[in-house]
Amino acid sequence: MFEKALIGGKRYWSLIGVLLGLIFIAFICYLWQLKVGLMLTGMSRDVSWGLYIAQFTYFVGVAAAAVMVVLPYYLHNYKAFERITILGEFMAVGAVIMCMLFIFVDLGKPMRVFNILLHPTFHSVIFWDMVVLSGYLLMNIITGWMVLQSEKNDAAPPTWVKTLIYIAIPWAPLIHTVTAFLYSGLPGRGYWLTAIMAPRFLSSAFSSGPAFLILLALMIKKYTKFDPGREQLQSLAKIVTYAIIVNLFFIACELFTVLYSNIPEHIQHIKYLFLGIDGYGKLILWMWASIIFMVLASILLIVPSFRKNERILSLACGLIIVGTWLDKGLGLISGGFIPNSFGHVVEYWPTAPELLITIGVWSTGLLIITILYKIAISVKEEIG
Amino acid sequence: MSPGTRGELILSNINKREFLKISGVLLFGLGSGALLEVLSPGEALNAEEYIADPEALKANSWGMVIDLKIVNEKIIARCIKQCHQIHNVPDIPDKKREIKWIWGELFKSVFPDKGFEYFNIRSDLGNKTIPVFCNHCKEPPCVRVCPTKATFKRPDGIVMMDMHRCIGCRFCMAACPYGSRSFNWMDPKPYINDKNMEYPAREKGVVEKCDFCVERIDKGLQPACVEVSEGSFHFGDLNNPESEVVKLLRTRYTIRRKPELGTVPQIYYLI
Repeated sequence: MFEKALIGGKRYWSLIGVLLGLIFIAFICYLWQLKVGLMLTGMSRDVSWGLYIAQFTYFVGVAAAAVMVVLPYYLHNYKAFERITILGEFMAVGAVIMCMLFIFVDLGKPMRVFNILLHPTFHSVIFWDMVVLSGYLLMNIITGWMVLQSEKNDAAPPTWVKTLIYIAIPWAPLIHTVTAFLYSGLPGRGYWLTAIMAPRFLSSAFSSGPAFLILLALMIKKYTKFDPGREQLQSLAKIVTYAIIVNLFFIACELFTVLYSNIPEHIQHIKYLFLGIDGYGKLILWMWASIIFMVLASILLIVPSFRKNERILSLACGLIIVGTWLDKGLGLISGGFIPNSFGHVVEYWPTAPELLITIGVWSTGLLIITILYKIAISVKEEIG
Repeated sequence: MSPGTRGELILSNINKREFLKISGVLLFGLGSGALLEVLSPGEALNAEEYIADPEALKANSWGMVIDLKIVNEKIIARCIKQCHQIHNVPDIPDKKREIKWIWGELFKSVFPDKGFEYFNIRSDLGNKTIPVFCNHCKEPPCVRVCPTKATFKRPDGIVMMDMHRCIGCRFCMAACPYGSRSFNWMDPKPYINDKNMEYPAREKGVVEKCDFCVERIDKGLQPACVEVSEGSFHFGDLNNPESEVVKLLRTRYTIRRKPELGTVPQIYYLI
């Protein structure tokens, strides 16, 4: 089937070309980072994780969201999603690879990365995150590919594929839960030390992931002969609606507990993010934008006539992607480190090379998704 | 004792642990009976035996007691200078990227939760600069989160760093509630003014912190900061009721940083 990725129109090849160009630029920046060290980024002694780790966190969510199309089809026999499960699975593949690359570019000693395998440490959440992420990657590649191949050959997939899919379903929320545990198990970071971290991660993932999928599906509908289907998109839209409302509810729970209890160690981070401390407030605007975008999107999605309008639906999906990204891909990590252990505010902002490397990793994920989607759609077009 | 001693000590620890781990992985992965036979005798564990310096200071649980009545900015400056010189800690001008093993902070920043008790009645204390460094916690979160055991706890309580194993993920920095850890954002060597050839320098990309001067303890010497602290730092075995530090703790009211987090810090401040 892979040969289908090698035959494409002008639009396909220009997309591939642009992505490869961005990856090349990022690669050069990465070599530079490798040479001078992570001083090339905006990270500091006080904000020791930045954009890279935040992107990792965000895209674990996008990857986990594949379960939102797989589960209704395989567990509830919701036939409409048969057409789009492959899109969910292949999106997850691209997203997990992005996650792994983001971890890799964040390492101070990348050549020693295999020390994690050489000295497996069961009490470290990173070890478990590695296990669940690589497992999830394999499951999605294998099941996606096998199901597509049997579709092409007009035969039922082997039974072991179904078993693997049944394992992949609970595995999906697991990857994002373990990722949340990276943060929520640390004693000294008030912003992260909350039991609602994993549920919040899941709700934002299950809104942003399917929102991505809706936008991708609309693009596929526009540019290829394969129509993912109106019912499919509308069902996804309902999932997004529920998830974003639950997400807002979880945020409200977090804010209530932190603000009403009035415990300084917890309040100081929220204060920095939304109001600023001592004149420092690089993220204030972004954090408010995040909340406003998510609220606005839920209003647009709750009204059925809006949701059914594909233009308004794409706008709402865009708002959710940006809103949840600002919350998780920007505020979450900095917010946990600011103020620091001594109550001092040292701010963080990514540098240009850091941003270019980030764009390069996004492009790598997009490139993988593009190629896999090209194969899947070619097969779907063939069988009609 | 040669400067390599500390390296050897780490090495012998690692070899044992590495052996156990690799065997564990192999057993887990392959579960082969033949492998079991090969691995079961355990002679390999004794292949490399470390012989400690008879002069080495020994304890069940090392800890530090700092007398806030004596300590002052001048003493802290001297401690920093001494510690950073012998450990090849670079002097990086960019504050955001600096490396520090020991430094001074205002009492009210170190103990923000002690606001009510002290600042109103003792503004002199709140605004006093006091020394901070790694707390060598009994329940160190940094050790718990490290994915490679590059940071680990010695049986005598010292929380150590293996700079050759660290992958630079900085999870330990996120986990440390005391801001005790520094990362080499760049090559530190050009910023080391007065190189100490007896102690290794680090590369870019690894985390480092105070190690209670293990290289000195293992030779029978007190930590460097204690020696220049004019009697304001006291180092000893917190598990020994007869030790100087325990006796000192009995005499005065002491506080520790964020004990409510359950990390069991081993640095005590005498008020």
